[in-house]
Amino acid sequence: MHELSIAQSLLGIVLQEAARHGVSRVTKVAVKIGALASVVPSSLTFSFDLIKEGTVAAEAVLEIEQVPAMGVCHACGAEMDMSALVAACPACGSKDIELSSGQELYVDHIEAE
Amino acid sequence: MSEIEVGRNILEANQTMADRFRRQFAAQGVKVLNLISSPGAGKTSILEQTLRRLDGRLSCAVIEGDIQTDEDAQRVAACGVPAVQIQTQGACHLDGPMISEALEALDLGSLDLLIIENVGNLVCPVDFDLGEDMKVAVLSVTEGDDKPSKYPALFRAAGVLLVNKIDLLPYIDCGLERIHDTCRALNPKQKVFDISCRTGEGLKDWVAWLESWVRG
Repeated sequence: MHELSIAQSLLGIVLQEAARHGVSRVTKVAVKIGALASVVPSSLTFSFDLIKEGTVAAEAVLEIEQVPAMGVCHACGAEMDMSALVAACPACGSKDIELSSGQELYVDHIEAE
Repeated sequence: MSEIEVGRNILEANQTMADRFRRQFAAQGVKVLNLISSPGAGKTSILEQTLRRLDGRLSCAVIEGDIQTDEDAQRVAACGVPAVQIQTQGACHLDGPMISEALEALDLGSLDLLIIENVGNLVCPVDFDLGEDMKVAVLSVTEGDDKPSKYPALFRAAGVLLVNKIDLLPYIDCGLERIHDTCRALNPKQKVFDISCRTGEGLKDWVAWLESWVRG
């Protein structure tokens, strides 16, 4: 439900970077969002498209790359899918597992003219 | 056409504020909890019970986040503790600027413990760091034992889980074991207390743990 405030923060970063690099038109904004970040891509796109009007990013396409939820076992080093609940390492049974990706929420790059 | 590498956290503005609060809290020697649950899980009742049982042994203050009204701040203030109400006017979570404003009304140097009661919501508050030492999740058994697996982000992030309203377990189909098992899988280090604000069950252990955590 907070995609609009995330879109506002995102646009703020894009406009700052555009000004810093002296570009007049941003054509693409590439973001990475983890599967566990509680951000709905379609809602973020909807919100971003609403607020980008009238800025140098007005024609920018928002490209969202979803980063899968992955975990690593500290006991045996195995990597595993964490999109569903994982109680123990499927390889060795250890419970000493930690998320290694899936909570990302960042602007990777922008394309501009 | 040029590609500009950015690599910036979208929530960096909030994170920068939270990092500043965290340094400020540490410098002033105040421990901070961020209390998160669905609406109606019993956050304010837990605060009332906790503050009464602490009985002044810790110097506490509360920041209350609600979409509207200052009813919760009044309930907390009635326990003899400074309470600052934030009305978010629709926002589904507390964020850095709101906390910054609330902190102006508090004398951090005089406090041992600051509890921030977030807006009732299992999803959004988890994404916004407020500079707290620990997130405390509250789940009431009437919400159902499937909630930790349906809303894993909070239950993974919380250092403490309070399972509230356990006096109602005989009347509903909620498996306490399933809640415990799911949360153990999400966060094996989580401290769990099964409590009832109505009967007082479990509150003694929770308050004793809290007191030693604050002093530790």
